[in-house]
Amino acid sequence: MSELELHRATLANGLRVLVVPDPATPVVGVSVHVDVGFRSEPEGRTGFAHLFEHLMFQGSESLEKLEHFRQVQGAGGVFNGSTHQDYTDYFEVLPGAALERALFLEADRLRAPMLTEENLRNQVDVVKEEIRLNVLNRPYGGFPWILLPPVLYDTFPNAHNGYGDFTELEQATLEDAASFFDTFYAPGNALVTVHGDLGEHGVEGTHALIEKHFGDIPARPVPVRPSFAEPIPGSERRQAVADAHAPLPALAVGYRVPDPTTALDEYLAHALLASVLGDGEAARLQRRLVHADGLVTDINASNGLMGGPLDARDPDTFTITAVHPGSVDPDRVLGAVDEELDKLAAEGPSIDELSRQSARWAAALHHEDDRVMYRMLGLGARELLYGRAEIATELPARIAAITPEQVRRSAAALRSQGRAVLLVEPTTETEDEA
Amino acid sequence: MSAPTTHRSAEEIGRTAQGPRPLPALGATREVPLPEVFTETLPTGLRVLAVHRPGVPMVEARLRIPFAGPGSTADPAFAAQAELLSSTLLTGTATRDRVGIDDELAAVGADLGVAVDPERLLVHGSGLAAGLPTVLEVLAEVLTAATYPEQELLRERERLVERISVARSQPRTVAREALQRKRFGDHPIALEMPTGEAVAAVTPEQVRAVHAAGVMPRGSTLVIVGDIDPEAAIATVAKALGEWAADGTARELSPPPLPGAGALELVNRPGSVQSQLRLTGPALSRDAEGYAAFQLANLVFGGYFSSRWMENVREDKGYTYGAHSGAEFVPGGAVLGVETDVASDVTAAALLETRYELGRMVAVPPTAEEIDAARRYAIGSLLISLDSQGGLASTLAALDAAGLGVDWLRERPVRLEAVTPEQVAEAAFEFFAPERFTGVIVGDADTIGPRLRALGGIA
Repeated sequence: MSELELHRATLANGLRVLVVPDPATPVVGVSVHVDVGFRSEPEGRTGFAHLFEHLMFQGSESLEKLEHFRQVQGAGGVFNGSTHQDYTDYFEVLPGAALERALFLEADRLRAPMLTEENLRNQVDVVKEEIRLNVLNRPYGGFPWILLPPVLYDTFPNAHNGYGDFTELEQATLEDAASFFDTFYAPGNALVTVHGDLGEHGVEGTHALIEKHFGDIPARPVPVRPSFAEPIPGSERRQAVADAHAPLPALAVGYRVPDPTTALDEYLAHALLASVLGDGEAARLQRRLVHADGLVTDINASNGLMGGPLDARDPDTFTITAVHPGSVDPDRVLGAVDEELDKLAAEGPSIDELSRQSARWAAALHHEDDRVMYRMLGLGARELLYGRAEIATELPARIAAITPEQVRRSAAALRSQGRAVLLVEPTTETEDEA
Repeated sequence: MSAPTTHRSAEEIGRTAQGPRPLPALGATREVPLPEVFTETLPTGLRVLAVHRPGVPMVEARLRIPFAGPGSTADPAFAAQAELLSSTLLTGTATRDRVGIDDELAAVGADLGVAVDPERLLVHGSGLAAGLPTVLEVLAEVLTAATYPEQELLRERERLVERISVARSQPRTVAREALQRKRFGDHPIALEMPTGEAVAAVTPEQVRAVHAAGVMPRGSTLVIVGDIDPEAAIATVAKALGEWAADGTARELSPPPLPGAGALELVNRPGSVQSQLRLTGPALSRDAEGYAAFQLANLVFGGYFSSRWMENVREDKGYTYGAHSGAEFVPGGAVLGVETDVASDVTAAALLETRYELGRMVAVPPTAEEIDAARRYAIGSLLISLDSQGGLASTLAALDAAGLGVDWLRERPVRLEAVTPEQVAEAAFEFFAPERFTGVIVGDADTIGPRLRALGGIA
């Protein structure tokens, strides 16, 4: 199954193409990854990259408003889009018979999206509802992906809220949208991925279809990608936020990690460290903080801000999050985390511990690969971010090759730097049972 | 003359010299035969379904044990005991402790999870296909010899109380609980999450007794899907789970009463900036005569993005991020749910539009074009949902519980193709008329109450 063939091409307008056939499935996925995420949005326009993603579903030259959704679903397919730190993706998964239609839909909006004042106002309202749903009206909204970065980072790109501030969303103009599109949605700044059942088209035919539909989008200058690097903090930074809906306190710890582009194996050792700490009943933090000491209700560790590794370029964030009873002082939780990290930094994990975690990783990756959608998005994101879709297929072997010494060094690296600590404090009366 | 800009205007961006282009036609749809399902009932009464589906070197397992409480009305103590059983089933046996059980599974890349609801106890898992015997061995051990160690149980009890308080602070949980009470009254199906107080009172002895009385192979089903030889897998199950035996039969939940029409209940959640609209009425179960027509009517109303309701309240009005309607299957029938979350200041407006779209389903039934789009979506999304081991395993387990087999899935596209616009109009008339619904609205009552009441139909 790991024997996937990756067929690359670059069109004359600069658009990158990745075609990965899989004859075993009757469905096909088409995705467009654009090299812009919320780290690139302008100051004063927080949330704009995400708002713009919504606008890309609002019609294009050949498709009236609502037609994009109707054409995908009317062909028996599903669709979505999402905005990340460094990229934005758009995709559909459909029965193989709809491959050309999907390419047409993606090409039409990459060439000539219909940006109107009415659609902009409508989608500002929809995005505000999305934010009310996921952040404002619930406990632990935006925890930790919105709340932790401003504690760990100093510069606007890394620190600001990618969902956006309501007043800034409301101030967004059509002019902003036009400028954003012309700057960042140049064909040379995007990647088209096709994965799954290519039907009678085959690899060659699929490349020809991509050329047919995307080839005449005029080339535009590709924006120079700025560096988002900033110094690693030398000490702990701490901040508390109030949460009116939360019944229990929570905390998040953020650390800086190696650059996945230049130090991939060190970066992956941090990912495996996260598993040793948090994944499964035998994981270090589960045993110590949940069961032995009874300090936390739940605890998680992840190399990555948005829930998983390899989703962003440098700088990326290692996160530990926990929900704990009000009777437990957060410093006790942090103290226990530090002790567990110190143990790992001194002795490293055991070989058995690592091989069990690697087996779980391999299984989880296979599990994800069993769906055309996830495999396609994984291939596309790694190709766009790191120029190597192969990383996605190599992961089980690379994780399995990580040594206890590498994980030990990762733990030591976390302990030798500063970090961010975010405390979520309930403002309602909690009903702690004794 | 204005200053030169570095980019085109929005109008220029949306237009090319060539102008709009014609949409390419769809290609030929590929026939996808569903894999053969091997079924066997073991001497202990356990039904085993096994399917060969390669793709990735993995296997998926779903063990469904009917797990209704003993009474005919919701029993808070039983619900709490069942919930704690589910959180501690994997925490100890005669030979292994919690960490030992997890280590055994991790060694073959496997995971097991346990979930319980008023209908069933579900043990679900996946792992590398080569590890199936290990997974089954661990499963057999916890089914026959779970000890519910006191220390583990007391710690999990404490955590469960904390987790329940977190869950109840979620508006969606508040809305779900209010809706279940509204439509099912004191039937056990309404009690999906126990109270912290009831959980805190549960003892290890009670959990062990609930296990002994309810965790039974007869009436239960184990579904295995993956890169396996089905007959060999069934033999492995027979060997590994052969000792899991009991005299009785796992207890099925009694059919709940279906919701009657009535005024919407306003549930106050002070400080809410959004409201949860939850409407409900009767629906059809999968084996009912008119199910395919009902399914298409539902899609046209609110069952997918390109539905009338979603296009109205999201894409036209901007009242919501999402609006969805769909059937939820319950013993002996099904209920329809019509659900959306909207900002407080547009709650009354959203209810008005919802009632308008429901009424329009009756007055202006779905057109042939709307039905065709819904039909293609129903067939295509079925193909996509079954295109993974996990999706297939969960679907087969759910169908089996409803007494349906893989043939039902196989014939589904044909049944959908056969539905006429008249049948969809009948289903729309019968199930979507606004006055057939009841339900709840959760939100800040001071803000949303006056306008909602002025619209009428609010208790």
